[in-house]
Amino acid sequence: MPKSIKFKTNWDYSPAPESTSHIRLKKKYELFINGKFIPPIENKYFETINPANEEVIAEVALASKKDIDKAVQSAKNAYEKVWSKISPQEKGKYIFRIARMIQERAREFAVVESLNGGKPIRESRDIDIPLAANHFFYYAGWADKLKYAFPNKSPKSIGVCGQIIPWNFPLLMAAWKIAPALACGNTVVLKPAETTPLTAMLLAEIIQESELPDGVVNIVNGGGETGAEIVKHKNVDKIAFTGSTEVGKIIQTIIADTNKKLTLELGGKAAQIVFDDAPIDQAVEGIINGIFFNQGHVCCAGSRLYVQESIYEIFIRKLIDRMETLIVGNPLDKNTDIGAINSKPQLDKINYYLKIGQTEGAEIFQTNCAIPKKGYWCKPTLFLHTSQSHRIIQEEIFGPVLAVQTFRTIDEAIEKANNTPYGLSAGIWTDKGSKIFHLAKKLRAGVIWANTFNKFDPSSPFGGYKESGFGREGGIHGLTSYLNL
Amino acid sequence: MKFNILNQFAIDKIGVDERVARFSSRSIKSKSKVEGLKLALSMIDLTTLEGSDTIGKVRQLCFKAMHLHDAMANLPTVAAVCVYPAMVRYAKHELKNTNIKVASVATAFPSGQSSTKIKIEETKLAVGEGADEVDMVISRGKFLAGEYEFVSDEIKTIKDICGKIHLKVILETGELDSLDMIRHASILAMQSGADFIKTSTGKIQPASTMQFTLVMLEAIRDYFYSTGKIIGMKPAGGISNSKTALQYLVMLKETLGEDWMTPKLFRFGASRLANDILMQLVKEEKGNYQSLDYFSKD
Amino acid sequence: MKRLEVLKTYKLFINGEFPRTESGRYLQLKNKSGKLIANISSASRKDFRNSVVAARNAFDNWSNRTPFNRGQIIYRIAEMLEGRKSQFVEEIMSLGISKHTALKEIDNAIDFTIYIAGWCDKYQQIISSVNPVSTSHFNFSFAEPMGVVGIISDNNSPFGFLRLMLSVIAGGNCAIVVANEKYPNVAISFSEVLQTSDLPKGVVNILTAKKNELPQHIATHLDVNAIVIATNNDKELSEIKRSSSVNVKRVISVSETELNILSPDLILSTQEIKTTWHPIGI
Repeated sequence: MPKSIKFKTNWDYSPAPESTSHIRLKKKYELFINGKFIPPIENKYFETINPANEEVIAEVALASKKDIDKAVQSAKNAYEKVWSKISPQEKGKYIFRIARMIQERAREFAVVESLNGGKPIRESRDIDIPLAANHFFYYAGWADKLKYAFPNKSPKSIGVCGQIIPWNFPLLMAAWKIAPALACGNTVVLKPAETTPLTAMLLAEIIQESELPDGVVNIVNGGGETGAEIVKHKNVDKIAFTGSTEVGKIIQTIIADTNKKLTLELGGKAAQIVFDDAPIDQAVEGIINGIFFNQGHVCCAGSRLYVQESIYEIFIRKLIDRMETLIVGNPLDKNTDIGAINSKPQLDKINYYLKIGQTEGAEIFQTNCAIPKKGYWCKPTLFLHTSQSHRIIQEEIFGPVLAVQTFRTIDEAIEKANNTPYGLSAGIWTDKGSKIFHLAKKLRAGVIWANTFNKFDPSSPFGGYKESGFGREGGIHGLTSYLNL
Repeated sequence: MKFNILNQFAIDKIGVDERVARFSSRSIKSKSKVEGLKLALSMIDLTTLEGSDTIGKVRQLCFKAMHLHDAMANLPTVAAVCVYPAMVRYAKHELKNTNIKVASVATAFPSGQSSTKIKIEETKLAVGEGADEVDMVISRGKFLAGEYEFVSDEIKTIKDICGKIHLKVILETGELDSLDMIRHASILAMQSGADFIKTSTGKIQPASTMQFTLVMLEAIRDYFYSTGKIIGMKPAGGISNSKTALQYLVMLKETLGEDWMTPKLFRFGASRLANDILMQLVKEEKGNYQSLDYFSKD
Repeated sequence: MKRLEVLKTYKLFINGEFPRTESGRYLQLKNKSGKLIANISSASRKDFRNSVVAARNAFDNWSNRTPFNRGQIIYRIAEMLEGRKSQFVEEIMSLGISKHTALKEIDNAIDFTIYIAGWCDKYQQIISSVNPVSTSHFNFSFAEPMGVVGIISDNNSPFGFLRLMLSVIAGGNCAIVVANEKYPNVAISFSEVLQTSDLPKGVVNILTAKKNELPQHIATHLDVNAIVIATNNDKELSEIKRSSSVNVKRVISVSETELNILSPDLILSTQEIKTTWHPIGI
């Protein structure tokens, strides 16, 4: 293998912390039901922490069955008595207003997202929050144009949507769920993830300030049990869930004897395929972003790398050298590339897989970076010499862990890439157009990134094949998930 | 024959743009800013390449090179001054007791549109006048016409004349049509004997961009991976403020690392950059924002 | 003396062949007065699994046929059906249905086949999109077949299965049809049409089986990507939905009304949307 580049330099970046002085966080957050912040009936609260230092940020109301009843009832009333009577254009205007208010408070959202979830401020500032605002903006415009989206149909709203979202993109996932639901004329009960409730509570403040009619959006916090109450509730007409495949299957089972509509956006184990005619340095960058973006807490993360054997040595050298430049640490530092692992259980899970990978005989490489003493951290990790039979190839780790294999022919690459129960995304790296189209067709995944990776846009449908779920979010196709056609 | 990364020219522009955006979003504050700016200052090739250049102008430039801002202590000097061949002897004279190098352009700068014979003579002139470094231009016309061997032979010939004198090969990236071609030209120049590769003459827009420079830095890295040889880099033209210079340094640090973080291997070809850096340094020291009126023009 | 009629043996249709069920079991199809019309193969779980293998093997070929070619093949099915019209009329009538109704059923089935044949090279254009993303990327979404689709046809029309099946295969999927218990002879005779109509083997497999014997098995099979079901039995539907969670199987329930209108809906609902991104810039 070629000699490595020395990245330890005499010139280092001084700390560049994002200012937190403008952040207004409360000590205690209530339930947001029927347009008001109210305490939970059973008066239970849970603490939410900063995973980068394990300090408690705030207490958050825990919603019980009775609270869910109240939230669903409020959404049902709002649907029947208010929201369905407001003209589509006026509905759209409320959504536009929410989009603008997120833009106005964007920096505050970014800081809170990083504080509560551990993601680097660069990502929450440049990706999560702008995309969330844009998503509201995009769907706001659809509210009064639905009949043009579905010629020869009469699109009708569904009713009350129960929406359960994950902790990896808290505000963005809330936007992905709420914006199309409202644009299609539905009302919402949203449950953020247990470890990342805060930006959703800021969003609740915005929703209140936007004068959206009471009960159109209700936000309740809690863990799996709270989520289950939403899924089971008889007055919920539609479930939209983003999270693990395991929970997705349980939800599919629970609602089997109802007419509830369902969309699932579940796990993934995306393959990144790099050919020897690829733009190599951009491919390295794409592999890095594919797996280390958001600490690898991304359902569409490119966690399996397939490198054509002819370029294996040079490619791995470049990859390792690039990994050495990644800055791991304080999520609020503007120069941080990789922040904190979202929670202790998630860190335990990642560490469990790191052990398994080594037990199974893969060669582990971790970068030389220093990591803070407190908080949850994982160094950027590479597993070399893996094979299809390894558990680290088959199972979703949801962390900054990339498993590498080689391939020789195009057919072999396709076969290995498709050799998984998942089918969310895939990456193709080659300079040859006809090869891209060939692979884009053969790979069984809902999103194909060719010579790029981890790109998102409100106008671009996102969602999986096979056990990665069904239904699409984003674009014109995302409307079908929230309409009866 | 094994796969050789040096035969691979594909570049994806959007990927390059994204990488550059990442470098540009690095936040360089306080201590690292001061250190970075001083490093940038020490990497400058202070340049005057005008038809109107006179001996007087060159003398003033040399004086500026030696005395960047005497009101401030612990400042480095620039790395070199860069002039036309006819001015080399005057610059050499002014700088004789310093470590500042004299670089001369040659080979029918800036267009390169002359015979190889004339280019040889011009290079001999620059070397004979005492130039420490030669900045040659490649024949872009020939390169775009696919006459790679011609371009390569010309570089080899000039390098032969230079001998131990550092040869910087100017690709004139703004004329090369695509990033793939810039990579191709970079590799060809290194394989033909360049000690440095340089983006631009400063006479063609766009001159240096972070995108062009990144592609060239990555070519240098690939040359190192393949051969173990270390080649220098000089972005030139269009780098006029401190912020941009720091962004280039971030890019250098995260692409080529410690070994290249020296004026021996990285230069900025610039005329106005030095004063902007000086203003920033004084601002960092005194706390108030500066005006160009307080810094000597040349 | 009256000539003795040669009775037809109704077998299964798997991978382009007509095997008897490996189980050796049979069902008796009787007319309203209780007279035996035919012994029908009672497909087993093993027969179903063989069908899945056949469908999976056929998928690559079928889904990569040009839409135009798929349209031609489905049109050819209509031609073959027209040629055998009288046979189907008789078979439907043998179940005690009037000639008038039988004729209407077969005419509608043929016309529906033509309708779907015409969609093959058109549905893509009403569901695909080029998405105006905010970065320098070309981004487009298009439909792709889900893969292997189980079809459970439990409705009031002898050709209900055909309507479901044609929409499913028009979009490039491969199908395993569990024929309606009430009209198994029609389904099996139809497989003879398929066998002579240029349709590649394995694209459609037709099983006759005892009601309720196969659905759960289809729902739990990991190599089946989707189930299309037309039933009025809510309990059966719930059970299928529940079991389908094992591999996040798509369950598409088609009502009697939806079954009887001309629309591309079922072609579209057995498609996945794939979105592809590529940078623009030199």
